[in-house]
Amino acid sequence: MDFYLGLLQIIGVHTLLGLSAYVLLLTGQVSLAQAGFMAIGAYVSAMLTVLARWALLPSLLAGGAVAAVVACLVGFPALRVRGLMLVVATLAFGEAVRLFFFNFDYQIAMGGIRVGPLGGEGFRQIRYFPENGWTTFEVMLFIWMVVGAVMAALWWMDRSRAGAVLRAVGEDEVAAQSAGLNLTAVKVSAMTLGGFIGGVAGGLYAHYTTHIEQGNFNVLVATFAIAYPILGGLSNVFGTLAAVVFIQGFLIEGLRFLGDWRNLLFGALIVLAMNVRPSGLLDAKSMAKDLSALRRLLEAVRDGVATRWLIERLKDARAEARRLLAKWRGAFGA
Amino acid sequence: MLELVDLSKHFGGVRAVDSVSLHVEMGEIYGLIGPNGSGKSTIVNLITGLIEPTSGRIVLDGRDVSGLATHQRVAHGIARTFQNIRLFGQLTVWQNLWVAENRDRQQRAQPVLPRWLWGSEADRERLGAALEFSGLGHKRDDLAADLSFGEQRRLELARALAAEPKLLLLDEPAAGMNVQEVEELDARIRRVRDTGVTVLLIEHHMELVMAVTDRIGVLNFGQKIAEGSPATVQNDAKVREAYLGTAA
Repeated sequence: MDFYLGLLQIIGVHTLLGLSAYVLLLTGQVSLAQAGFMAIGAYVSAMLTVLARWALLPSLLAGGAVAAVVACLVGFPALRVRGLMLVVATLAFGEAVRLFFFNFDYQIAMGGIRVGPLGGEGFRQIRYFPENGWTTFEVMLFIWMVVGAVMAALWWMDRSRAGAVLRAVGEDEVAAQSAGLNLTAVKVSAMTLGGFIGGVAGGLYAHYTTHIEQGNFNVLVATFAIAYPILGGLSNVFGTLAAVVFIQGFLIEGLRFLGDWRNLLFGALIVLAMNVRPSGLLDAKSMAKDLSALRRLLEAVRDGVATRWLIERLKDARAEARRLLAKWRGAFGA
Repeated sequence: MLELVDLSKHFGGVRAVDSVSLHVEMGEIYGLIGPNGSGKSTIVNLITGLIEPTSGRIVLDGRDVSGLATHQRVAHGIARTFQNIRLFGQLTVWQNLWVAENRDRQQRAQPVLPRWLWGSEADRERLGAALEFSGLGHKRDDLAADLSFGEQRRLELARALAAEPKLLLLDEPAAGMNVQEVEELDARIRRVRDTGVTVLLIEHHMELVMAVTDRIGVLNFGQKIAEGSPATVQNDAKVREAYLGTAA
């Protein structure tokens, strides 16, 4: 049971991570910095609950806020580059954050033991949940309440003018400027919001795993962050959720029984999914296309029955013709 | 209301726009014509601030806007359409109008939160009027990418008007249109002018330019070679030479 609860926790945190990249992707920014924002949120909120004895919720919000401020600062230089150059720049930022925490020591003695982040050793004893008697189920529930709140907020944003503005900038920057939109404001806002969501994801992650280290926020995690919304599609927030369930639930956990073959299949299935659904798992247009393909298939099956019936009739006709020919041969005197 | 003062734009050694000065009067329809590559679209991009001039000034209503960013110029009342339609294809017709900032909004005349989240009453009225003008009311929730070519042109014009401009720049709005569509465009441009918007029309379609404009400026190789009423320009020797070549 705990296995499934743990899986739900992972899916919840990764959904938040994917959503933090989703906001940026709407404006056309592909960022590999999301793992870095997650690291900042994780370390800040864990230090607040462990070292400063803050309550959980304010710590999570503070972790998100610090990540948001850093993201805002990253947003300005990031404006100068786009496309592949932005990917490289944000990758460099993410690695810089990771290496910062690799070298970051801040330990104080508490109750006879020293606690706090210790460089490469990581940050152990983030014991807020066990100390306060939270069960795994309660932790899972709490994570999903946060995920639900963020998804609801982003769903609403998508339908507001803000969502249209983000998508407009993502589609055509020249047209967006000419319609009076301030590109700097829009892109930096998206970066800031993405940083906040990534930071909250990191805070939740730190508390349910109880132990974080720089390696938890590497390039692979950053890649997953953008893979979720890209695989899931940018039509709405549920695409990201579907992609996280697909990757974390099915490809990583569901295929574990395949042993080493899993890793091979993992890549192959993602390639397959991207080919079947180039605009994302939950893209409205390709879903409609699949439905009509299914309908055609059903029709083909039905037509197959019809074809077989037709072939039987043709065979009958041929037998009849042969019978007639045999009869007439006599009439021609052959 | 719009004044270009010695405006130049050089791309390397190419003088795309070479010391052009012109003056567009309030409430008129000013046509800007010239052979291919004479610098018409470059001038539009200079006026809207998509490119920086090499030298010269752009003055709107007595105010130098040369140093402003594109979106700030929209706030001062300059809106445009593009030669190759640039809509937000994955947004609906309504959303395409909704994203356009108008002057009111930038002056913070409306409360911030409602206008971002669901759009204020004033917004709805303004955008409703633009939608009605485009004649796309029945396609309000269709994706812009799914519209026909003519509808996309109309929507782009409506988006420019949604910004409530003082000056509207139309960059070859008749490109790819048939005779009937050009007639409708003619009527539409006049209706825009009648609402008090000054229009700068860049166009290849001579019948349209001659019919609808009050004054015309003619460009050739980045320089203004003639200016005046349609009749004057049509009979100008330099203009004939630019379009037809010299008599050998």
